[in-house]
Amino acid sequence: MSSLVPDFDVQRVLVTPWTSDATMNGWIVLMGFLVATTCGWVGQYLLLRRMALMGDALSHSILPGLAGAFLIASFLNPGTADGAGNARGATVMYLGALAAALVTTLLIHWLHTASRVKQDAAIGIVFSGLFALGVILITVFADQVDLDADCVLYGEIGTVGFTDYFQLSGRDVAPLPVARMAIVALLTFAWIQLFYKELLVSSFDPGLASSLGIRANWVHGVLMLWLSVVIVSAFESVGAILVVAMLIVPGATASLLSTSLPRIFSLIVLHAAISSLFGLHLALWLDCSIAGAMVVTGCGLFVLAWLSHVIRVRRARHASLPQDAPPGTLASPSVTPNPP
Amino acid sequence: MTPAPPPAPPLEIHDLTVAYDRRPVLWGIDVVVPAGKLVGIIGPNGAGKSTLIKVCMGLVPPASGWVKLFGDPLERAHRRVGYVPQRESVDWDFPVNVMDVVLMGRYGKLGWFRRPRREDREAARASLDKVGMLPYANRQIANLSGGQQQRVFLARALAQDSDLYFMDEPFAGVDAATEAAIITLLHELRDRGKTILVVHHDLPTARNYFDLLMLINMRLVGFGPTDQMFTTELLQKTYGGRLTILSEVAEAVREKGYP
Repeated sequence: MSSLVPDFDVQRVLVTPWTSDATMNGWIVLMGFLVATTCGWVGQYLLLRRMALMGDALSHSILPGLAGAFLIASFLNPGTADGAGNARGATVMYLGALAAALVTTLLIHWLHTASRVKQDAAIGIVFSGLFALGVILITVFADQVDLDADCVLYGEIGTVGFTDYFQLSGRDVAPLPVARMAIVALLTFAWIQLFYKELLVSSFDPGLASSLGIRANWVHGVLMLWLSVVIVSAFESVGAILVVAMLIVPGATASLLSTSLPRIFSLIVLHAAISSLFGLHLALWLDCSIAGAMVVTGCGLFVLAWLSHVIRVRRARHASLPQDAPPGTLASPSVTPNPP
Repeated sequence: MTPAPPPAPPLEIHDLTVAYDRRPVLWGIDVVVPAGKLVGIIGPNGAGKSTLIKVCMGLVPPASGWVKLFGDPLERAHRRVGYVPQRESVDWDFPVNVMDVVLMGRYGKLGWFRRPRREDREAARASLDKVGMLPYANRQIANLSGGQQQRVFLARALAQDSDLYFMDEPFAGVDAATEAAIITLLHELRDRGKTILVVHHDLPTARNYFDLLMLINMRLVGFGPTDQMFTTELLQKTYGGRLTILSEVAEAVREKGYP
């Protein structure tokens, strides 16, 4: 029986990771934290605009964009096709993702405005169709396209190359993927700060936004493009499927705990920190996928937030009951309603 | 502001036709709304009242024809135009408080990258005071009643400080006190030279509320001073043969005799 779940060895799970393997695990946790925070922030806007499904759609339809971009790159520069490890690979990756995001957004828009197809159906058709196209591209041109389907789908934060360092004036600062994710996180933060008004009003009330001269369509388009950049940056760590959880779970958890948008953004950071740290230890304990463990931890936090929300709502309902009763019965335990 | 040429009318609609999925909802609407009037848009369900407002606000594309606001297309006139959508059109669980919503009315004047300044907060507070919602400034919008939600929307419109307002059913589902407060406020705005178009559902009250009535049933049935529009013939034309409405019409017309 004990072979099903590994023993919880304190030394192995909690101590060694921060003594002998401290550097590696530090970068892994930081990477997970950056991915979850960035995805959580952008994903919060998807939640506010009730288009959580768009995160799912883009994360899948980016696949043919990546495959296509690598294919074109390998035709232009035969023999040098390599992954996202170097700068050229990264550029190709981002361009492919942006193109795919643009095509996806426009296709969905056209499909549901120019015909009777409803938006959710349009999303379903476009993203699964494009994803299938991507799968074909990867398998048919396996030689030219240096993309591992498993890697794109599942990612693995533990195997991200933490060996090449980003250098600043000759000193190692951070591994390249971590540095890149940090830049994307900073840009996301700046973007939300700069366009807070536009994002807020076009999410809350598109009609008012347009009367203020803010084009809701443009805000939507920019959000989709930036979403694709964030998703691609998170790909190698968490993959196309788990990135959806990273987009939705932090914001959904935070939204249960607060009704103030700035506080929700802070709670997303907290959620990201807890889920990446505890996720790493969960993965070390169970010897499983680190990204998967981080998402499971994040979902665990969501369940806790949901339970506390339910309890609070129920308590508020109880508290409001005695107010209708005549004074003096307030403290009486008999006001507890009987179950029907 | 420039006195030389006669100012363009706040709203001019020319030969406007709108269709959803090839099914026409509005047909050949031609109308010029003069400044400083409170206009009621009246018609049965599905007559295209809300659609008319949405076309003016650029939210629904016209199939043909055009809309000019103060002689300009919407893109150039939006700073002078305010919009109060139907209350149900937004998500009231959205994580913002009353102050945040009213401040949105100031966004158009702020321009890119700027956050609301002290004067914007002052303006928002003054608007909230006007609708009696100042004590609720920090309350989450999820904890408001229907009437309070409508007052917040109205405060936002006031903070916007526009010259032309489109309001989509501001009286729907509000309590009597709020309805009275809203109509007082609308009259006050009108007296300050603002032009206000209000989609309205209730025929009997329409007679007392508005200066001009726009009767719509896919086509423009009539547009003019409320007294001239309140005839059995025109209202029957607007509402077709709907019996329940007809008795309401008869009632409303009969009341007209005893002011």
